[in-house]
Amino acid sequence: MTTISAAEPSRRDFLLVATGTVAAVGAAAALVPLIGQMEPDASTIAAGAPLEVNLAPIAEGQIVKVFWRSKPIFIFHRSKRDIDSAREVNWHTLPDPAPDSARVQAGHEQWLVLIGICTHLGCIPLAHQGNYDGWFCPCHGSQYDTSGRIRQGPAPLNLGLPPYKFVSDTTIRIGETAPAKA
Amino acid sequence: MHARRAVIVSLAFAAFVAVPIGCAAVAQEQEAPPRQRWSFAGPFGMYDPQQLQRGFKIYREVCSACHSLKLLAFRNLADPGGPGFTEEQAAAVAAEFKVQDGPNDQGEMFQRPGRLADHFPPPFANDQAARNANGGALPPDMSVLAKARGFERGFPWFIFDAFTQYQEDGPDYIHAILDGYADAPAGFTLPRGAQYNKYFPGHAIGMPKPLSDGQVEYTDGTPATVDQYGRDLAAFLMWAAEPTLDARKRLGFQVFAFLIVLTGLLYFTKKRVWHEVLHHPKSLEPRSPTEYRRG
Amino acid sequence: MSGHSIYKPQSPFMRWLERRLPIASLVYSSFITYPTPRNLNYWWTFGAILTFMLGAQIATGIVLAMHYTPHVDYAFNSVESIMRDVNYGWLLRYLHSNGASFFFVAVYAHIARGMYYGSYKEPREVLWILGVILFLLMVVTGFMGYVLPWGQMSFWAATVITNLFSAIPLVGDPIVTWLWGGYAVGNPTLNRFYSLHYLLPFVIVGVVVLHIWALHMVGQNNPTGVEPKAEKDTVAFTPYATVKDVFFTGVFCLFFAWFVFYIPNYLGHPDNYIPANPGQTPPHIVPEWYYLPFYAILRAIPNKLLGVIALGGSIVLLAFLPWLDTSRVRSAKYRPLYRQFLLVFFAVVIGLGYLGSRPPEGGYVITARILTAYYFVFLLVILPLLGLFETTKPLPNSISESVLREGLPAGASAPPPSGAKA
Repeated sequence: MTTISAAEPSRRDFLLVATGTVAAVGAAAALVPLIGQMEPDASTIAAGAPLEVNLAPIAEGQIVKVFWRSKPIFIFHRSKRDIDSAREVNWHTLPDPAPDSARVQAGHEQWLVLIGICTHLGCIPLAHQGNYDGWFCPCHGSQYDTSGRIRQGPAPLNLGLPPYKFVSDTTIRIGETAPAKA
Repeated sequence: MHARRAVIVSLAFAAFVAVPIGCAAVAQEQEAPPRQRWSFAGPFGMYDPQQLQRGFKIYREVCSACHSLKLLAFRNLADPGGPGFTEEQAAAVAAEFKVQDGPNDQGEMFQRPGRLADHFPPPFANDQAARNANGGALPPDMSVLAKARGFERGFPWFIFDAFTQYQEDGPDYIHAILDGYADAPAGFTLPRGAQYNKYFPGHAIGMPKPLSDGQVEYTDGTPATVDQYGRDLAAFLMWAAEPTLDARKRLGFQVFAFLIVLTGLLYFTKKRVWHEVLHHPKSLEPRSPTEYRRG
Repeated sequence: MSGHSIYKPQSPFMRWLERRLPIASLVYSSFITYPTPRNLNYWWTFGAILTFMLGAQIATGIVLAMHYTPHVDYAFNSVESIMRDVNYGWLLRYLHSNGASFFFVAVYAHIARGMYYGSYKEPREVLWILGVILFLLMVVTGFMGYVLPWGQMSFWAATVITNLFSAIPLVGDPIVTWLWGGYAVGNPTLNRFYSLHYLLPFVIVGVVVLHIWALHMVGQNNPTGVEPKAEKDTVAFTPYATVKDVFFTGVFCLFFAWFVFYIPNYLGHPDNYIPANPGQTPPHIVPEWYYLPFYAILRAIPNKLLGVIALGGSIVLLAFLPWLDTSRVRSAKYRPLYRQFLLVFFAVVIGLGYLGSRPPEGGYVITARILTAYYFVFLLVILPLLGLFETTKPLPNSISESVLREGLPAGASAPPPSGAKA
């Protein structure tokens, strides 16, 4: 009952192929809104807009914590001692090698801005603790120095660096990238 | 047989059509808002950004004193398909408003200039404060007002509206209200505190006439009349209620075109698939009567 | 019907699977080689359209549920946030709200087909009853879904409909309090409606499986009402019925797209864009259009309890259609008197729908009572009597015979169908 007449296979095939292709395109297009709706919505993106922080009230040696895009951000006003101890070490030997100069902005070396999430499994490390005058993560014992670099413990990487720029000497905007160094 | 059927059908039809017409006398006589021309009407309609900017100016200078716009954020002013402000302009508008934030380290709430992510702050702290300041009447939030208002067009107009895509009854109503203030006709008792409006249901509206000619300055040469203000504000409120209208109609056209192509292809596929069955002679040969009785 | 091919697994993997879970052969015999009457018209595609709409409602509903907040203080704004902020949120919302309307368009077409062609008659009674159950589940699901945006109509429709249960003597008021979870419709009510609105569509899926199973046990009805007698009365489901189903689903989607993209709020009520206010009743409370005929029946009866009974009865009585209709001829094509009364019945239901949207005053009231009377008289009086007194037209001997344009012997009168299959 369903014998295909040998006379016109190509015309039927073209029609079937065309119909099938258009239908497949439609099905794929229908998936776009169903999957796309899970992307961050406009209000979430707006709430994640750059955050301005006034640095003037932060005393030397003090570490403050703010939230940007729901992530804790550590802002450390480093003393000369903190900066020196970060620079003394041979950074090539560290678990995640990085010089201190790459983790601060030129002219503002006393300000260290970090993402306060332990790179091991995501806990928030505690400030001014540990053997390196930096941070200590109580979950599994990772220790970070005054440049936020991992020195000891299971964490594989240094504390992350958020994009930020100085809009003046006393104000930073977290969430906007600094212009490239000259 | 046909006569009986005709009687039955016409009885049912008469009952269902004739009575509603008779009921017109029962219904309150209320003038229907006149239909306006809107740039966003019809299948290819889009908002006119200039008009939306004028409408926003009216909201900003007149309506925001009493009416909130809580569901709109300042960043929406810069969204595509809207008034067409740049982000800087929207941020500047935001900074003109004071938004409540806090609590601060002392535990107090404080005011700060608005940012793009903030929503339009309401003029009153809560509904009771709004009523208190407006003689007991609550000025409604305007975020979806253009979709929350409409008017009955009655039979058979509501059938035609589905075909003509008439969805602008809200803006028509808003424009009519703003332009509809008049002196109460002789013999009409106006409740205390109310004003007469031709198009408000019951004619007694709590809102005093908000707009007069020349009240808001237009810098683009558009006539500064109440009629024009009403149109511009209604268009702005329609955008506030339905900011994705442009995108919706654009995608609609694409989906329609696609569906017409696909359905057309499917139609020809169906014809091709069924050709065999419909024209294959052998399967439809009649059998002798003895064969019928067996089956 | 035997004689159609059996699934033979081609690959080693399919042979392995087939021995452990014969799903491929089930799909093959149910949806590919399944014998379908060759003379089905497009009214028979609404079953496939309904399945498509059920899938669409579930898909859009699940993604909407990712963004909706079922709390009285947040519900309305969360829906607006979906419309404004969520990527394609406006599209998903309008697809879901208009999808509910089109789901009901399809189900009413499907029911009309069943009533016209006698698809509820022996041996399809259980199939029909499962259908009535599906319709009831749809009504409840749709009602609870409409409450979720928490607009004025959402709140007051919930209040009116839950208050109906207080008409039940003795236990009415405790039942209403139990439904509300409080002293009035409020947050507990909204939360439980959300939970049930998410659950019931999957109950519908389960009953649809039973519905299709029951269908496949007895086979499709067809426009003649004469059962297939030979293999040439049928065609394989795929590609013949499949291609018609998909084509007409495409046509249906064109109408659906017209509403979703161009008049998305046409079938709704402006008052539902006003946040719910328990202290102020809207001037006219109206349900969505697909409930209007039943709403009109409810209001037509001046007594509260009898009105509720009439409302429930108007749907539950449909389940008894196989026994209320005493005629042994299935299809209205061959029952001229039944056909007229049935078409009037459809006009009456549409008329009741219109009246349901009008305020219950003046001439609307008496008209609604007349039409309600016809509704019940048709089901309870006309149908039983017609079967006894109607003169039906002669039936064709077989489907193939009815499909033939020429060749029918002149003056041939076929005996009534014996019901026995070849």
